[in-house]
Amino acid sequence: MDIKVNKKLGLKERYNLMTRDLAWTPTYQAFKDVYPYMQYEGIKIHDWDKFEDPFRMTMDAYWKYQAEKERKLYAIIDAFTQNNGHLGVTDARYINTLKLFLTGVSPLEYMAHRGFAHVGRAFPGAGPRVACLMQSLDEIRHAQTQIHSMSNYNKHYNGFQNWRHQHDRVWYLSVPKSFFDDAITAGPFEFMIAIGFAFEYVLTNLLFVPFISGAAYNGDMGAMAFGFSAQSDESRHMTLGLEIIKFILEQDPDNLPIVQHWIDKWFWRGYRVLTLVAMMMDYMLPKRVMSWKEAWEIYAEQNGGALFADLARYGVKAPAGLAQACKDKDHLSHQAWNVFYNYAAAAPFHTWAPSEADMKWLSEKYPDTFDKYYRPLWEHYAKEQKEGRRFYNTTLPMLCQTCQIPMFFTEPDDPTKVAYRESDYKGEKYHFCSDGCKNIFDHEPEKYIQSWLPVHQIYQGNCFCPDVDPSKPDFNPLAEVLRWYKITWGEDNLDYADSPDKKNFEQWRVQATGN
Amino acid sequence: MAVTAIGAYEFAPKDSVDKFPAPLLYVCWEDHKMFCSPFAVPFPPTLKFGDMCKGAFPGIFGAHPDFAKVDWDQTQWFKSGRPWRPDMDKTLAENGLGHKDVIRFRTPGLTGLSGSAF
Repeated sequence: MDIKVNKKLGLKERYNLMTRDLAWTPTYQAFKDVYPYMQYEGIKIHDWDKFEDPFRMTMDAYWKYQAEKERKLYAIIDAFTQNNGHLGVTDARYINTLKLFLTGVSPLEYMAHRGFAHVGRAFPGAGPRVACLMQSLDEIRHAQTQIHSMSNYNKHYNGFQNWRHQHDRVWYLSVPKSFFDDAITAGPFEFMIAIGFAFEYVLTNLLFVPFISGAAYNGDMGAMAFGFSAQSDESRHMTLGLEIIKFILEQDPDNLPIVQHWIDKWFWRGYRVLTLVAMMMDYMLPKRVMSWKEAWEIYAEQNGGALFADLARYGVKAPAGLAQACKDKDHLSHQAWNVFYNYAAAAPFHTWAPSEADMKWLSEKYPDTFDKYYRPLWEHYAKEQKEGRRFYNTTLPMLCQTCQIPMFFTEPDDPTKVAYRESDYKGEKYHFCSDGCKNIFDHEPEKYIQSWLPVHQIYQGNCFCPDVDPSKPDFNPLAEVLRWYKITWGEDNLDYADSPDKKNFEQWRVQATGN
Repeated sequence: MAVTAIGAYEFAPKDSVDKFPAPLLYVCWEDHKMFCSPFAVPFPPTLKFGDMCKGAFPGIFGAHPDFAKVDWDQTQWFKSGRPWRPDMDKTLAENGLGHKDVIRFRTPGLTGLSGSAF
């Protein structure tokens, strides 16, 4: 008797059966009621079936791949933890980059999970909907694996314990938080250009890769493992970002000016968030991977340049702020680290002035600018610290209304002059760090007059614990803000040189390597 | 519409003057970027301009080695980037300063650590 064997389905057939064929057109309810967010942004889509998903992954395959990756990841994390892997890192200064990542980036992974779930639901097309669903699941997995792999450090080091609480409150964390809140409160199409394209495709190599390479260079197997585990997802995310922008542009010529505005806006928003990465690469890693400037040249100038040359056939131009960002590459990290050096009392990680050896590296990497503009500052700080006067700035800074970063950025053609831009809206003044941030505000002022600027909120009295009594004679507003931040004075904050982290790490390392 | 939204979207601005203990003034000392950004400080409108410079500024800018050498009579002032002459004996309000105004001062001859503008 012949056995009838059903032919195995090809990838394309499987994808069609398990993705496209599962969609339907609603008849009991009006289309616009089922998909209410498809009109108001002005984007016109005529045929959702034109969207091509090059990965053609189906949900059943997705679960299998992810489960396998998860098993491998946790095996590595367990091994790292059981072997006291944290004592193998180059130096405990490195661990501060993880605090920056956990407080600033991991909560964004969670927000990306929510964002992609939302836009997946909003899109009528089955192809992008399933791709967004997968990305939404990836993002929550990234948030979880990052938290798990860094939780081991929380047993031994300060500054890891209140990351979620701090993400919604601490001054510098309003930068990444407001970036993502801006995206997630935009419409589904803008979100896809903001996060799917501008961030995942254009800028992710400047966020994710430096942290993960930094982990690898500095002996942190735990953080490195989650990076590799996420990497295969990232390529799928990048593809989705690129396919969606091409799809939108091919659908209707009226979409181009709207998309171009979003590219300009989200390149600039993302670039401002990357300020934190620039200083991390140049100042926080004990063993550096490459300079911010080198990373910018590879990932933004070369790769980004090739991308926008390719997109030129759709009429897309390179982001308006790209030229300025390229000029800034010689200055950004040095200026940014000075902000954190200034306000080291108010952040849940440590800062420090670069050593002689660090400055030698910085001089080599920044021959045109470091010795001329920045070395005198660090030498002054080091001298002051040696004499017992480590500089801590105790007056609150002016912030940009859009990116919410202290106004430290300088004019594109004069690194000695702080850049100021101003707008008036309905009788109120608003201030900006750059043309990029001013243009974003001017386009949608109603949105940005709602910015929750940490400095202004402190002065308005909104950053204190409920039991605070400002009428008490010993009321210290800054100490009270830190209590509300849940930053423990002398443990989580201040200079690395005086930190319990440094003392403990050195002591444990001696114990681990001798008798 | 000043925002892309699914419906009416109008809210009072978050930082109007009535929400602060005093109008907010942004102040920057040019060529001294050791103080990484301009400062935001709520100063009473009745404060005399000279008292702000001589009373409040030492606590804000005093950590810089140049500060002891500042001559307030020689200082050049700017308001929203344009040259401006405040009257030291008049109050901030009488000098026309309002909520979220930004003023800067330049101290000729003092250009930061080793002339680096820091």
